[in-house]
Amino acid sequence: MLAQRFLKSLLRLVPAFLVLALAVPLLSACGYNTIPTLEEQAKASWSEVLNQYQRRADLIPNLVETVKGYASHEKDVLEGVVEARAKATQVTVTPETLTDPDAFKAFQDNQAGLTSALSRLLAVVENYPDLKANQNFLALQAQLEGTENRIAVARRDYIESVRVYNTSLKTFPSILWNSLWFGNQPFQNFTVSDDAMQPPKVDFGTQQGG
Amino acid sequence: MSTVNTSRRTASKTWRWLAAPLVALLVGLQPALAGELPALTGRVVDDAGLIDAATEALLVQKLADFENKSSDQIVVATVPDLGGEAIEPYANRLFRAWGLGQAGEDNGILLVVARDDRKMRIEVGYGLEGTLTDLHSRLIIENTMVPAFRAGDFSGGISRAVDDIVMVLEGNAAELEARAKRNESSDWNPDTLLMVLFLIVWATLFFGGFAMAILPRMYGRKLGPGRYEWLGMTFNYNSSGRSSSGGWSGGSSGGGWSGGSSGGGFSGGGGSSGGGGSSGSW
Repeated sequence: MLAQRFLKSLLRLVPAFLVLALAVPLLSACGYNTIPTLEEQAKASWSEVLNQYQRRADLIPNLVETVKGYASHEKDVLEGVVEARAKATQVTVTPETLTDPDAFKAFQDNQAGLTSALSRLLAVVENYPDLKANQNFLALQAQLEGTENRIAVARRDYIESVRVYNTSLKTFPSILWNSLWFGNQPFQNFTVSDDAMQPPKVDFGTQQGG
Repeated sequence: MSTVNTSRRTASKTWRWLAAPLVALLVGLQPALAGELPALTGRVVDDAGLIDAATEALLVQKLADFENKSSDQIVVATVPDLGGEAIEPYANRLFRAWGLGQAGEDNGILLVVARDDRKMRIEVGYGLEGTLTDLHSRLIIENTMVPAFRAGDFSGGISRAVDDIVMVLEGNAAELEARAKRNESSDWNPDTLLMVLFLIVWATLFFGGFAMAILPRMYGRKLGPGRYEWLGMTFNYNSSGRSSSGGWSGGSSGGGWSGGSSGGGFSGGGGSSGGGGSSGSW
């Protein structure tokens, strides 16, 4: 008799178990996993950005040496590149500090400085036909171009994954998880700097090092 | 009045909460819609009409042979113009949209020629960046394609460039073979077959048991207390254990499951590119 009653009460619990079994997968479907997943994706894209910037920094010593052999008196431009590289490699933004606007801005400014120093160097090179015909220089130039393009792609991917991640922090249902549980801050994203917005100036004068 | 107002306001608020993900979804879809890309109709997509028919057939054959050998996917695309976009982002977008190369291997190569912009690019997938370096791509463009294109020989230039690409990729013979082996079409390997068989048997037992227990009571014809006839079988739920006379003929659906390789059409394997390669103009 007692056993029967016990069994009956157990049977009554069955629907509750079923509901629980159904609810647990739903819990993950209602956004708990969204934020960590997107966060890791954004961090991975950021690592790719850093990787490509590092690749560019690694090419520069070789490039400077090669140019020096032909255009040693273009001291200002060469030193400008070396300095900009030193500055750019000093500031790194680890995935953990991606929420810090100041660090991110410093990183972006330094890399932009290196970009413009490099473009000045490549403009100067136009005046040295021997250098332009040098096989080593051609190889470096091809690699540098390729790297700049990879940087552009990595940045685009980062911008997109951060957009998705930051949107998830602000939209339902994942906003609930963020406000109640994670408390994550949005990641910083690239902005188009002022100098990049202006169209390049074309100068037909013989001004060197411009 | 005021209660109506507040309730309406909260309603609009919840509505906004529900709408937010929808808007996010729409915004997310937008980049895919920006700037239409040509469709991947084959290994040579000659939308600009630069390649003559004989060369095209030869190229398609060559590229198919090479993919069979190495699993590397090389695709040639010519477009009338880029619609104002630079060729680098365009080529990258096209590469990713088509998913060239095997997934995980990313061993695809896309040769894009934009007729009116007079630009070309060799876009190299992640997995081949080490073999076909940026310098290789640049040399192929500068030394093979540009002179031929300047002379107006588009078919010859593209065909010789493809030869060069294949030559560079074949130069790394050991890696080529290893890659081909990794990506052998493994639709019919014994493990998968065993797994599928196991699942079928398991599912039949599992769901079949349920069905036997429940369905006859619902759909069967009642013969007596606890005895039902369904699908030509008699089910008896009175005794412990179930005696079903008149067993169950054949069954097992038979058809279905038409093995992987779809044959015919060509499609990308799901690879991606990180912007490797080189561009040029003529």
